[in-house]
Amino acid sequence: MSLTTDGVVPESAAASTATPVIAVRGITKHFGSVQALRGVDLDVHQGEVVGLIGDNGAGKSTLVNILSGALQPNAGTILLDGKPVTLSSSLEARNLGIETVYQDLSLAPDLTVWENVFLGREQTVKGPLRLFGWLDRRAMILGAKADLDRTHVRIGSVKALAGRLSGGQRQAIAVGRAVAWGSRVLLMDEPTAALGVEQQETVGQLVRSVSSQGVPVLLITHNLPQVHKLADRVAVLFHGHVVADLRCSEVTVDDMVSWITGAALGAQPHAG
Amino acid sequence: MPLRLPSALTPPGTVTEGSGPEAEDTERSALLNAVDRFGDFWVLGVFVIMVLVFGLLSPSHDLFTRASWLNISQYAVEFLLLAVGQTFVIITGGIDLSDGAVLGFTGMVSGVVMQDLLSAHANSMLTTVVGFATAIFLGAGIGFVNGFLITRLRLPPTIVTLGSLTAIGAGATPLINGGNEVVNIPSQIGTIGETLIANWVYVPVLVAGVSCVVMGLVLHRTRFGLRTYAIGSNSVGARRAGISVDNHLVWVYTISGLLAGVAGMMVMANFTDASPLSGQNDELNAIAAVVIGGASLFGGRGHMLGTVVGTFIIALLVTGLVLVGVSGSWQEVATGVIVIAAVAGDQVRLRLAER
Repeated sequence: MSLTTDGVVPESAAASTATPVIAVRGITKHFGSVQALRGVDLDVHQGEVVGLIGDNGAGKSTLVNILSGALQPNAGTILLDGKPVTLSSSLEARNLGIETVYQDLSLAPDLTVWENVFLGREQTVKGPLRLFGWLDRRAMILGAKADLDRTHVRIGSVKALAGRLSGGQRQAIAVGRAVAWGSRVLLMDEPTAALGVEQQETVGQLVRSVSSQGVPVLLITHNLPQVHKLADRVAVLFHGHVVADLRCSEVTVDDMVSWITGAALGAQPHAG
Repeated sequence: MPLRLPSALTPPGTVTEGSGPEAEDTERSALLNAVDRFGDFWVLGVFVIMVLVFGLLSPSHDLFTRASWLNISQYAVEFLLLAVGQTFVIITGGIDLSDGAVLGFTGMVSGVVMQDLLSAHANSMLTTVVGFATAIFLGAGIGFVNGFLITRLRLPPTIVTLGSLTAIGAGATPLINGGNEVVNIPSQIGTIGETLIANWVYVPVLVAGVSCVVMGLVLHRTRFGLRTYAIGSNSVGARRAGISVDNHLVWVYTISGLLAGVAGMMVMANFTDASPLSGQNDELNAIAAVVIGGASLFGGRGHMLGTVVGTFIIALLVTGLVLVGVSGSWQEVATGVIVIAAVAGDQVRLRLAER
């Protein structure tokens, strides 16, 4: 259950000549007459934290859903480690190591922390009771502790009910379990929405810990100051295109805003 | 290892991120822990109090007799079996309103099958076995259909099981045997209902007890049980975790129907006939028992031990009121009041725990 890493400590400078862990080329998606994505190109490399920003309606959610296998693109390719793949379902995406942490976290509030961490991959005891799916609680409790320790977020007892934890701690559980599931790339969809400042810092910690374990992160967010701090690069979606791929160290938050609104392109500000 | 009680508040991770020693929150939670532990067992406390009250009020303390126990346990059998199945269903956030109707229907069909076999001079033992098999498979089959309609057609459980209840209870059952009781069933069945184990436990009570233990272990110790809670707590999350929610739900409703079939047989054993009236309105008591036992109708919470205590509270209520001399309809009133009190009390406790 432990995460395999390359043992390489990622540098924040781009390894842009190496094969990206995940890449998309020319992704197009329309819903009826609404064109959500008009040919998106994006790379995420080993050890990178890449932010995906854009205004509402720019196509962020659609792109995330396509990358996580929940939606199929109308055109374009998805490449994992340089090889084209088809993600016909979210299960397939997960089997290939693409883990998504959604905004609602998908945790079961009435279950304990360790039960949530192992949901879907519950460990059973060895021996005849295995046939009945008899749970190996002790192993899972210990395993959950280990998985969560790696996130460097204080959870307290893994026997606590998930619903009683703070937003930041629940993020930690969702992220900790995604990483433990053996992800090759982690997609985080609006992780700081509805979180207070202190807990947004927790999410920042989470992203850093994931990244330090070698797992690249694609961070979809509205939180520009945070993404500016955390990410190596930021891709800006505007009307279904990636209009800019910016090095965070070279731009300011204001620059990002102007790309999001299209002002940097000289576009007319639109109502709404 | 103690059974996990879903609503138990074990030391919460209330410490703010990255700060504060863990000793701090253990102190606070020890107190909260104690309050909640007590809170979880309040149903048991109510039960004990009821036993004492009825026992002392009954003429010559009749409640504390073996006869009384035999009476109550026999009465509780059909509700207990239904409630066990209902526990799983309610924990997933669903409900099975057709339980009682399935009990009656499977009993009647099984009875007619056995009656026909006996008139064809089939072996009595064999007839009994065939009768049992009929009831169980029929019950499971109806449960399967319920589950199928709920998951594939995406219909609310309330509607689907209400439909089953009507179609089976009001429609199909009166059609069988012309709506008359089936009396010509193998004597073995009556014997089963009358046999005592160790002089204290009727066989049907043992069957119900074993079902409780087995299903309780499934609920609290197996992957199937854990996923049942997960689906009730967050079905979207469960799906995203890779759990086949639809298949799981079909299983849950099938189990409920199967247990209703077993209950149908046990009722036949108790009365030595199959009656079209069997099981009517039983599902309400079964649901009440599960809710009194701590389950939430929204799903995600519930406990087999709680269900057992809830069932006995209702059985005790009915029998106890009779012993004390209170008339029949008041029992229904009392049951209703207790259900509301149980749910309200639970909500209050939850809100207090959140502070």
